[in-house]
Amino acid sequence: MATTSVMGGSVRRREDPALIQGTGTYTDDLQPVGLLHVAFARSPVAHGKITSLDTSSAKTMPGVIAVFTYDDVAHLGPLVAQVPIGKLRPLLAAGEVNHVGEAVAMVVAENRYQAQDAADAIDVDYEILPAVIDLKQAASNEVKVHDELDSNILHTWTYHGYWDALGLEDQTPQVDAAMERDDAVVVTLEMTNQRLIPVAIEPRSVMSEYNKGYSTFTVHSSTQVPHALAGAIATNLGVAVSDVRVIALEVGGGFGCKLNVYNDEILVAWASRELGHSVKWTETRREAPGSTIHGRGWIGTATLVGTKEGEFLGYKLDAIADMGAYTQNFTVAIPLLGLWIASGQYKMPVGWKVDCVTTHTMTTDAYRGAGRPEAIYYLERIIDAFAHEIGMDPFEVRKKNFWQPEEFPATMGCGFALDSGSYEAAVDKLISVSDYAGMRQRQEEARAEGRLVGIGVGSYVEVCGFGPAVLAEIGFSWSSYGLPASFNGSGQVRVNPDGTATVIIGTGPTGQGHETTWAQIVGDGLGIPVENIKVYHGDTRDHPMGVGTFGSRSIAVDGAATHGATQKIKEKAAKIAAHLLEASAEDIVFADGGAHVAGSPDKSVEWAAIAKSAYQAHTLPEGLESGLEAETTFSPGNATWPFGTHLALVEVDAETGDVELLEYHAVDDCGHVVNPMIVGGQVHGGIAQGIGQAMFEDAIYDEAGNMLTGSLLDYPLPTAADLPMFGLHRTVTPTDVNPMGVKGIGEAGTIGSAHTIVNAVVDALTPLGVKHVDMPVRPKRVWQAMQEARA
Amino acid sequence: MYPRQFDYVAPSSLDEALAAVGEGSKVMAGGMSLIPLMKTRLFSPAVVVDIGRLPDLDSISDEGGHISVPALVRHATTASDSLIATYAAALAQAASLTGDVQVRNRGTTCGALAHSDVAADQPAAVIALGGTMIARSSSGTREIQASEFCVDALTSALEPDEILVEIRLPKSGAGEASAYDKLGRRGGHSDYAVAGAAAWVKKSNGTVEDARVGLTGVGTKPSLALGVSQALIGTDGSEEAIKAAAGHALEGVTVLEDLYGSEEYKTHLAKVYVARALRKALAAI
Amino acid sequence: MNVSMTVNGNPVSGDVEPRTLLVHFIRENLHLTGTHVGCETGYCGACTVHLDGKPVKSCTIFAVQADGATITTIEGLASNGELHPVQEGFWERHGLQCGYCTPGMIMSAAALLTENPNPTEDEIRHGIEGNLCRCTGYHNIVKAVEYAGARIRGEEPPAPDWEEAH
Repeated sequence: MATTSVMGGSVRRREDPALIQGTGTYTDDLQPVGLLHVAFARSPVAHGKITSLDTSSAKTMPGVIAVFTYDDVAHLGPLVAQVPIGKLRPLLAAGEVNHVGEAVAMVVAENRYQAQDAADAIDVDYEILPAVIDLKQAASNEVKVHDELDSNILHTWTYHGYWDALGLEDQTPQVDAAMERDDAVVVTLEMTNQRLIPVAIEPRSVMSEYNKGYSTFTVHSSTQVPHALAGAIATNLGVAVSDVRVIALEVGGGFGCKLNVYNDEILVAWASRELGHSVKWTETRREAPGSTIHGRGWIGTATLVGTKEGEFLGYKLDAIADMGAYTQNFTVAIPLLGLWIASGQYKMPVGWKVDCVTTHTMTTDAYRGAGRPEAIYYLERIIDAFAHEIGMDPFEVRKKNFWQPEEFPATMGCGFALDSGSYEAAVDKLISVSDYAGMRQRQEEARAEGRLVGIGVGSYVEVCGFGPAVLAEIGFSWSSYGLPASFNGSGQVRVNPDGTATVIIGTGPTGQGHETTWAQIVGDGLGIPVENIKVYHGDTRDHPMGVGTFGSRSIAVDGAATHGATQKIKEKAAKIAAHLLEASAEDIVFADGGAHVAGSPDKSVEWAAIAKSAYQAHTLPEGLESGLEAETTFSPGNATWPFGTHLALVEVDAETGDVELLEYHAVDDCGHVVNPMIVGGQVHGGIAQGIGQAMFEDAIYDEAGNMLTGSLLDYPLPTAADLPMFGLHRTVTPTDVNPMGVKGIGEAGTIGSAHTIVNAVVDALTPLGVKHVDMPVRPKRVWQAMQEARA
Repeated sequence: MYPRQFDYVAPSSLDEALAAVGEGSKVMAGGMSLIPLMKTRLFSPAVVVDIGRLPDLDSISDEGGHISVPALVRHATTASDSLIATYAAALAQAASLTGDVQVRNRGTTCGALAHSDVAADQPAAVIALGGTMIARSSSGTREIQASEFCVDALTSALEPDEILVEIRLPKSGAGEASAYDKLGRRGGHSDYAVAGAAAWVKKSNGTVEDARVGLTGVGTKPSLALGVSQALIGTDGSEEAIKAAAGHALEGVTVLEDLYGSEEYKTHLAKVYVARALRKALAAI
Repeated sequence: MNVSMTVNGNPVSGDVEPRTLLVHFIRENLHLTGTHVGCETGYCGACTVHLDGKPVKSCTIFAVQADGATITTIEGLASNGELHPVQEGFWERHGLQCGYCTPGMIMSAAALLTENPNPTEDEIRHGIEGNLCRCTGYHNIVKAVEYAGARIRGEEPPAPDWEEAH
């Protein structure tokens, strides 16, 4: 039995009883009477002009209610994007297609099978146009992706120039000057951070009902951002946001791919009004690569300059990031998240430039880590190459360049300040828990036998807790959707007349256990037993100003807001308790399910009595309004900056290049921890996704823009048989950015792991002289690297 | 996700089944290969003949001179059957590395052969073991050597009106052994073979008297590596002999590049896995 | 076509097309929505049910093939209001996050423990190889199955391995 202590306790999840018995409800589980089903006809070509589009035979097929094309929905405008740089996605293909899988026509039918039959019967002719897939070709502008745009390069992010208002210094000249030093050691690698398909195991699903009497939409969607979706539907359909209620029930994983608003969601809502029926679309896995965003997709050259004693003198990255054909929610802003952590845990000047290019491929956007895994990958890989170059232990070289504990808050060249850190302590703990010295010795022994054993270490710092209002100036808000113009945290807490509490939050969890964690926060704040606290989320009607769950923001922003609400309630409850106990409010202490007078535990009153009094105006002290609830928002002054260091032990089959992951250890620091069990689970899953990128996953388009890895057959995800147990440990360095001292942990594992694996593989191959292997380190690639090194 | 419409026939006797198969129809046993293709609409037969209800075709038996694996023996059975383990170990190993638990509970060994995937495990084992395929049609019975059975990608030697009703495997006796090994697409042994090989060897008085090697994953079909056995027969089966023989792995094979391996890599892997399978088989004698 | 089968102990029947997948029959005809659909190539295992006692992928079986069969879905795993030890293990050891793969994963794990109540870590990992989870990295799933195995054997489950905060 897991502990039931409140803050810092591994309370069993209250989410679980439904989920382990099959009674949790996901969007596709809903089957209202009269429900109609949607299927889309999708483009088989990457770039083409639609020369004819014939829906006539589809319309006459059994069960078909309607077939819609661009002409039917042109008046709604394109899909709204929060950072609208680039070409916005038309709701259905507007006379041309720009990536394989683009939705060309929408069929509504009585069942799923019939809808698919009719979608297949839609006859489309395309004049095939040249497809731009390769990133360097795209950046060259030899062939334009969209005629109406000036350039395929939609935007260029530079370390100093991303936000003119900050007036940052360009540090590139410092890095260049360092390279000219006589004692400079310069290491450069060109590396790919490949495109990934998020693959939440629940395919996306959306269902809408329109009540023409009330003129209201009720939309269920598997989304991380119900509020943004409500705003987007309102914007596209020209209705008030208060007329759109979006509900996210159970959501089967998101990882960023459900941090987006999609054309299918708008179309389903529109069709429900158009047809006067409930309408549902559920994505199939095979269409997902063309209907749900991808992540990553960078190529770049990283350069580190330092001394042979291991001092870093500067770092440069020159990269191209793939945005895909159409800009959706945050698309072009994703690399910016990486920019803020470009220098990692290290004190050094940075020259960083990322060109965001458009191509004839699926849109990219936030996928677990979003910009940060890419940034840390380039940095930590080049640091590892540097360590090998100067023959220094990879931990040692990192420790020489870390920001030191007394330097926090540590202002980086990008203008942001790392809130708190104790980077060396995490490394020292990892060295100890992983028996690093012993492992190195075993590696030497294995090498002597001719075996290729490698130890990879990798550090990371990440930026999360997106909430600082000032970030709205550069797009981080829901203003495009007519919603909160900054990412405030918010939380409503109500102590009910019976002494139980109801908590409503604006997050959009997809398995993170918010109901449990928030019950702990409120239970700790009020001294009410967690069993007596109910937590609700994911309904825009209950909580109109929520933001959603993404960027590891929920605990540090919405958690802090909810914590604030409990403090407000306690202030009022203290006055009520003082009145009931005939004491002074300053002397009231909350404990054991109620309140008592300090020093006199027998002079006490339970929450139920306080609450009862709170809702009886005549028993309240004079001047107090009845009721006992608070809604608090929280706008932090800074993001939070979790960090950690990971270690992987691998063995490479010298004959085949097959990589076996033998051990994985991690020390992560996300400040104070509300529920260690849940935090550990987040790290496990994050690491697995980083390992997935490092070893298995690769979204591949051929030169013509065909998706070659469109099913799980060819897009291998890690299975249980591919992974070891993970040795997790923590250090605790609280932040002062929020009153709970918490930082966020949803993405840390992913940000910390991919480079750790590749560093281990390269370490294993170092005796052969291999300097780098691109991800995924599939056997064929490792073997190729060994062949080239042996040649 | 949603197959096209088809007519479904579920015969209760082999004769009924044989009457139902022909052009436009497709025989289905476990459906583990067929149904995913139908769901993605890459293949949509007009008629599916579900032989899953035919009686008496789901047990492996010792027929004296050979082991019989009838049409409805599932991978899980093949993987754990003691007759297969004793007399045809390569097939037990290949079946245990096919798919996952759920797939092995439904898919059939005969189905895996009839499907003739270029990267399937069990055809390589049946080829190395020198199996005989028993094809029935309403006009009679035909025996096809395993090495002649897979003719191209997803194409077997079966005629449209034939059903593969049984695989007959010679029994490995004293001085004989077989083994299978592969590199899977996710590394290790997981998933379809990037390259895999099965080997059967017969040794007496320190000399390899006979051998057969089946190869999968690298070419247009699982195939017999004749050059390997020719090179190995008459040797002492030493490491040098294995390596030299493995060098002949790809004679007559057109290596196909895919997402998991270049031509050069697969050429290399074929030799590696032929050698590994031979080593494992020789060690098991 | 009419199909009849026993699902979670109850006789059920319904009209389906030959092409109707078993998972859609279970979800849409029987309204047992605990069995999920995660892919279409038979790779993810979210649709795993027991068919005549064996775990199978119900998205890769036509409902007509299951005519006459005995099916157990996640809704039928607990008995007499008592969670199955695997369900309990997943709860106690945080073996799930979003819960989408969970029913299929639990059905596979339950079948594994029926065959082998004392599996090694490697046997557990291969036993659930046909079920993809994107949230947990499988660590706590393995721990959950170990917990359930101990319960089935009547032993004290191993202690959780997470580092408490206090």
